[in-house]
Amino acid sequence: MSVIAGVDVGGTFTDIFVLSDNGRAHIAKVPTTRPDQAGGFLAGLGVHIPDLSDISVVVHGTTAGTNALLERKGAKIGVITTEGLRDVLEMRRRDRPRTWGLRGDFTPVTPRDLRIEVAERTLADGTILTPVDLDAVRAAAKTLLDQGCKAIAVLFAHSYANPDNERAAVAAVRALWPNEHVAASSEILPEIREFERFSTTALNAYLQPEVSGYFERLESALKDGGFAGEFMIVQSNGGVMDVGTARALPVRTALSGPAAGVIAAGYIAANAGFPDVITGDVGGTSFDVALIAGGKSMLAAQTSIDFGMVIRTPMIEIATIGAGGGSIAWVDKGGLLNIGPESAGSDPGPVAYGRGNDRPTVTDANVVLGRIDPNSPIGSLDALDVDAAARAIDTHVGKPLNLSTEMAAEAILRVANSRMAGAVRLVSVERGFDPKRFAFMPFGGGGALHAGAMLREAGIGRALVPRYPGVTSAMGCVIADMRQDFVQTVNALADTVDTDMLTALMQAHHDAGMAMLDKAASPFEAKETTFELDMAYAGQTHSVAVPLPVAIEHGRVVSPTRAAIRDAFDAAYRATYGRVLERGVRRVINLRTAVIGRRPRFDLASLAPTTTGAPVVKARRQVHFVDTWHDTAIHDRLDLPVGSVIDGPAILEQPDTTILIEPWLRGTVDAFGNVIIEEKA
Amino acid sequence: MSGIDPITLAVLAGRMEQIADEMDATLFRAAFNPIIAEAHDASHGLYHAETGETLVQGKSGLPIFVGVMAFAVKAVIDKAAEQGGPVDGDIWIFNDAHMGGTHLNDMRLVRPYFRDGRLFCWLASVGHWHDLGGAVPGNYNPGATDAFAEAFILPPVRICRGGEMQGDIIDILMRNTRLPQSAMGDLNGQLGALDLGIRRMDELLDSYGGDTVTAALSALQDRAETLMRAELSALPDGRWQAEDWLDNDGITDVALPIRVALEIRGDRLTLDFTGTADRTAGPVNIARPTAVATAYVAIKHIFPSLPANAGVMRPIDVIVPDGSLLSAPFPSPVGGYTETILRMIDVIFAAAAGAAPDRVVANAYGTINALSIAGKRDDGSQFVMFSFYGGGHGGSTDSDGLNHGNAPISTATIPPMEILEAAYPVVFRQWALRPDSAGAGQHRGGLGAVYEIELLADKAEAFLFGERGRHAPNGVAGGAAAALNVFSYEQADGWHHPELTSKMRGIALRKGQRVRLETPGGGGYGPASGRDPDAVARDVAQGLVTPDAATRDYGTAWEAAR
Repeated sequence: MSVIAGVDVGGTFTDIFVLSDNGRAHIAKVPTTRPDQAGGFLAGLGVHIPDLSDISVVVHGTTAGTNALLERKGAKIGVITTEGLRDVLEMRRRDRPRTWGLRGDFTPVTPRDLRIEVAERTLADGTILTPVDLDAVRAAAKTLLDQGCKAIAVLFAHSYANPDNERAAVAAVRALWPNEHVAASSEILPEIREFERFSTTALNAYLQPEVSGYFERLESALKDGGFAGEFMIVQSNGGVMDVGTARALPVRTALSGPAAGVIAAGYIAANAGFPDVITGDVGGTSFDVALIAGGKSMLAAQTSIDFGMVIRTPMIEIATIGAGGGSIAWVDKGGLLNIGPESAGSDPGPVAYGRGNDRPTVTDANVVLGRIDPNSPIGSLDALDVDAAARAIDTHVGKPLNLSTEMAAEAILRVANSRMAGAVRLVSVERGFDPKRFAFMPFGGGGALHAGAMLREAGIGRALVPRYPGVTSAMGCVIADMRQDFVQTVNALADTVDTDMLTALMQAHHDAGMAMLDKAASPFEAKETTFELDMAYAGQTHSVAVPLPVAIEHGRVVSPTRAAIRDAFDAAYRATYGRVLERGVRRVINLRTAVIGRRPRFDLASLAPTTTGAPVVKARRQVHFVDTWHDTAIHDRLDLPVGSVIDGPAILEQPDTTILIEPWLRGTVDAFGNVIIEEKA
Repeated sequence: MSGIDPITLAVLAGRMEQIADEMDATLFRAAFNPIIAEAHDASHGLYHAETGETLVQGKSGLPIFVGVMAFAVKAVIDKAAEQGGPVDGDIWIFNDAHMGGTHLNDMRLVRPYFRDGRLFCWLASVGHWHDLGGAVPGNYNPGATDAFAEAFILPPVRICRGGEMQGDIIDILMRNTRLPQSAMGDLNGQLGALDLGIRRMDELLDSYGGDTVTAALSALQDRAETLMRAELSALPDGRWQAEDWLDNDGITDVALPIRVALEIRGDRLTLDFTGTADRTAGPVNIARPTAVATAYVAIKHIFPSLPANAGVMRPIDVIVPDGSLLSAPFPSPVGGYTETILRMIDVIFAAAAGAAPDRVVANAYGTINALSIAGKRDDGSQFVMFSFYGGGHGGSTDSDGLNHGNAPISTATIPPMEILEAAYPVVFRQWALRPDSAGAGQHRGGLGAVYEIELLADKAEAFLFGERGRHAPNGVAGGAAAALNVFSYEQADGWHHPELTSKMRGIALRKGQRVRLETPGGGGYGPASGRDPDAVARDVAQGLVTPDAATRDYGTAWEAAR
């Protein structure tokens, strides 16, 4: 029994990717069940594995955390905080929702009357100015319990520098509190910057009862089905954690599903010979882009799930623009064609879905131009209403701009493609990466319709459409390494930093991470620990991530010298800014540690097509490109043998994706079954 | 719209905006000084070859720069004309606020962009440098009575001639700042942003050709004008007046009126500031370019979907009386320009509420409260803690105002309290919302804040440059005014307020003494009698409104809720 299963639960479908002990992979797609997602989860696993006891590991990518935050469906929580600071969560960093307009307000996840102050104060250097008043803490906890709070966050000033007051308070609360949902900010994120630390801790508490309940329900459903293996969860950083850690730190799952997709994209592309890849996920309302360079995906230090809802934890950096399949096309009073930000989403969805929306969307343009087969659309629909889509495009775009239906639809796509290309340039050109070196990998259902446009508009070298673009996130669950990130604010000058203290911190991170890996049942090919310092010159607020080469011998961290720290900073600073400052005073702000267990890889060739012979044209239809209709060959994508070469114009169809090969492009099926799209020679 | 097809236009609009955005991002990353790197006090754009009008401006820079940069470019166009016209490879630099608007900390770099031997457009970069000499480090000098006391003044000169950097100019600049390393970093960042703009323009013109891009730029201006005219046409004709007051100029304790008459006739708008106070001795003056740019900021807040280019201003006349504090001549001090333009925005909103009450938001807190505490640490080293503090935004048709927001002219965030305490010998005893600071209304204003700071060093001096100490932020559409700005400081004999209420210089503090800044909230929207009783009850339960204030401001609704 060494079957590994990845499960990605999305809004519409639950995707399953199963890797069996002989290295064979199987995929399945079943409808997501609501409100209890466990039904779809188990049904999906059952498609290929009738007996759950055959599974050794289940890895889950989830949007449960993100959705609970966006829909404000977390638990009622209370806050115990330093005297004078109860409004930090509500005051944020003094920002506003939008630059222009001055409208909008903000409601924090916990109201002011459930944020209780107690006497205590620690200073920035760790000195305790006022010891914590534990009677006040106990009284506050009782009040919050009486008010029906399901979790408590203890948020004290400078607890990253000295957690004693927080620890004492948390111990006092835990003695009174009937559940495990009590956390101190120094346990969740021992890092300077009170709003970011408090927000991350409070959002964790807000998610904990809900999300850990969800994980428990899934785990017990799996056990009831005979599963006796390990249940793991994908984190926003693209690594997996055991379910116990996930229940304590649900805030780390905020980008779980998309992160898994990016991990899989990197793996597929690297196998296909493209270590540099830009992923593009066209959803109903948005286009999500991520960049992987040299096989490594970019990590962001924090994100805002919504205005004022800041989570600070390493996560795969994903840029999002509001241009998806459901984005509405409209002409403004100045005569300019716009796409979005308003969206018909997936419900009611595009006009062609016939569910009540009458304003044209990007998908409607694809339908009208013949790029999507109206008789076998994705999902639960039987057919698409092409005429209604055409009428909507005429009314809202064609007439105001004096364009024919076809040209109006082309216009919608050109503007939408141009915005998507802008997002690609944002993550590549604007960060100094040359897009020509990169492959564009669409995943999700709609991306492969826009791949050619990314080549033309953003100057990307080629597109790579994986064999199963609709289950990329589920595949990522199976591939992702186990990973734990740690942070600790140090706040010292590089010339005088106490390297013994620093080494002790590194050792503690290493030991905690290794203990987690040792506990895991799944095998690792390798285990590694990397250290990074956030450093800056004194007076500077933007820090530079400084990789610190540190040896670990027989489990002991070898202490880095101050000179090594200084040299590492100079090298990193020079690489970022092209110069170092002669008389600058170097500061060490934070220590960041990542402990990674490399999971065994599998052979993607097991997914390759087994068909042979020449590509078969299953149908022909008229498809519009640029300014005229073309008689276009339609192929079944999954039947195309390895080595097939398909010249555009052509359309490759598979159950959950349509791949468009424009007249100037050529598609080739590689040894793994990926379709590589490049300019015709 | 002629000369260009609508699809190419839509595509090019996005491409050019992205060039300006990318120039912003380049400087934010490279800048050494946190005012640019963290607070984004900078801006970039493309400007018209002959007029200097704004063609395209980046989205992430400071709002006030959107209008003011055109004046900086025009100043360079005029100066270049005196010297035989623009030359490829030249880069101009200056900070003179009377020519380019805002204040002397804003260093402007302006570079002609040539294509096929012909001037195609201008690129410009502006960024707030940390220090440029003058009497006070950081150049926020509330006692300045002329520009010479504020900072070193550089008129438009060429820092690069025909591609050759001019070391002499750089030497002069670096000798006139207390922070040459920071200044050098900012200068390099701005030069880098301009280089990048040139490369991106080359790429764009290679793909689309000069004629198409020129046609697109012209069409985008026309479109902006059409949009603005359509917005104005939808509003009733009429004339609405508003006035508001600055507490004083920091020198003499006399209130200073800012007055506007807003007139709509068909698709045209006039903003007439006749009746505004005369130029003052102290630094609350602004230069004429700043006044015109501020009108643009206010208009864009009222109509947020308008594009950021000069076409918007074509149907708008801004009348700024000569000799007023809104068009103060050189060398009047302008260091406190932020307070004056915030008040201009407030009166424009108040007047516009007559024409379009549903489009206008009540006044925000209306002062940046520049507070600095300077002294010596126990180890003898100098420190200056300098920051701007937040307040509430106004209520609107949509919702209550935002609690603790940033100023309408800015998008800057506040440094974390823990970062301030780690860097300076202070402890914040309060960093909290200020109950009863919001203007009452159907949708009340957002709350201001209370910041109480205790000194941990032996001694220090405190400086404040604020406003709204005597004239509170107003509500609109029947909403009430917010609370006043209140500053207090502790001395051996107890608590005091500054003589000039919102401004003070060099108050001596001893270890353990505190200063307290209580900032205004935003004005209310709509009559308080229309507020949902549940909302009043919730505010009282949360301590945002005290029971006494609820009784006073929300009598019936509060009774109903109890």
